Amino acid sequence: MREVAVIGIGITKFGELWDKSFRQLIAEAGSKAILDAGIEGKEIDEMYVGSMSSGRFVGQEHVGALVADAAGFSHMHIPSTRVEGACASGGLAVRQGYLSIASGMNDIVVVGGMEKMNDVGGNDATATLATAADQEWEAFFGTTFPALYAMIATRHMHEYGTTKEQLAQVAVKNHANGAKNPYAQYRREITLELAMNATTVAYPLGLLDCSPVTDGAASLILCAADKAKKYTDKAIKIIGSGQGSDSLALHGRRDICTLDATVHAAKTAYKQAGITSKDIDFAEVHDCFTIAEICAIEDLGFVKKGEGGKAIDNKITTLDGSLPVNTSGGLKSKGHPVGATGVAQMVEVTQQLRGEAEARQLKDAKIGLAHNVGGSGATCVIHIMEAM
Amino acid sequence: MGGVARFWREIPQRYNLIGNKCEECGQVFFPPRESCPKCRRKSMGKIKEIKLTGKGKIVTYSIIHVGPEEFEEQVPYPIAIIQLDEGPRITAQIVDCDIHDVKIGMKVESTFRKIQQDGSTGAIYYGYKFIKRK
Repeated sequence: MREVAVIGIGITKFGELWDKSFRQLIAEAGSKAILDAGIEGKEIDEMYVGSMSSGRFVGQEHVGALVADAAGFSHMHIPSTRVEGACASGGLAVRQGYLSIASGMNDIVVVGGMEKMNDVGGNDATATLATAADQEWEAFFGTTFPALYAMIATRHMHEYGTTKEQLAQVAVKNHANGAKNPYAQYRREITLELAMNATTVAYPLGLLDCSPVTDGAASLILCAADKAKKYTDKAIKIIGSGQGSDSLALHGRRDICTLDATVHAAKTAYKQAGITSKDIDFAEVHDCFTIAEICAIEDLGFVKKGEGGKAIDNKITTLDGSLPVNTSGGLKSKGHPVGATGVAQMVEVTQQLRGEAEARQLKDAKIGLAHNVGGSGATCVIHIMEAM
Repeated sequence: MGGVARFWREIPQRYNLIGNKCEECGQVFFPPRESCPKCRRKSMGKIKEIKLTGKGKIVTYSIIHVGPEEFEEQVPYPIAIIQLDEGPRITAQIVDCDIHDVKIGMKVESTFRKIQQDGSTGAIYYGYKFIKRK
């Protein structure tokens, strides 16, 4: 198996981008990544793009070809495939590109992720996100997507004494980081009081425990590691890639508070990288809801099961903590254009490892992890990255 | 939400809590499975339908304040994951009680109710909700 490196990154502003279309967003992110890598179109062997539900959000399927077309590659007939795994679609697209280079089939692959969520109204966006849940056995009975994570939170509070204040502190931290990220949807800090008193969406989760509806796109250029030097001296190697699946419905899981798909994906990725969770210097984790970040740091092995809340109290995961989490602002503050998220997380990890994260730059960050989840935990994809 | 057949074909499960059971290892499934994930090929032809009692207890819950369009008039309403006495866990609304009474460990039983309807003139969809067990 060949080693794979990231040689280019591109990301659009995240937010309510009323003046930008779906195809403009992905073309912008892809062009930035291609320019950053310094590759030419004719060198691209293949493309993989992640989108959760372009069909419902903008009424457009068949977006593999659309993306190649929007990038100006239609006359070159580059193979381009859309990948879907709900909110993990972007991470899955990266993994497909990774596998195709690792296998020896391709040398240079463009991966992208995008979602244009604001072209439909709030109810339609919520209903579309709910399709990541089990439609027949969860959503039919009135469950919402926030309610699934709320049920994880209720159980976590019951078993481990996690508090609403600890949940709110996750949002406060991620907003503080997002305020430093020029691409973030919400570039402002919030107070604990504001987070605690936000209107309830699904008890025990309030509005500020939830990630927003976002438009945005992100892209990476992947290259066989032995060829990366030809293009850049700041290539970032992917040293581990793991993926896991689990029951679609939350009620089908072994344990409500553990995302076994994350545990499985992490185990695979750590093993491949030849490291343990202790070797990770920082991580971008899938905080679609504040409780998801608490579960993630437990399931990734950063802290023991049940101690995620305490880790927040002890400020382990802040920008100056011993294990910074979501330096980008996370899904909470940076925004969550679902198909783009997994790719955008790796843009952040790359920026940190290159030393290009500006106001939110970490000191001595050598190994970073990106953790992308689909649904309430039925899919998880993890990538571990290291500077070459 | 799609055609009526999509709801009609789930009537045995949703109206009468019909699950099934692997006669090889005894595990009960709801919704029914085609084969047992543990016994796999040994379970072929040995999966038998059973009617569940509908009795169980709450594993976790949430109170939904922002509901889907079809449920907007019901907010705030509790939704829960219930562990049935026979083993399977299912997701359903908890009704006929003060929302503040809903607790983890509360004993509940199923009841047949209207779940949603397809607009003002479309089909009405029924299924299970749960009430506090007396």
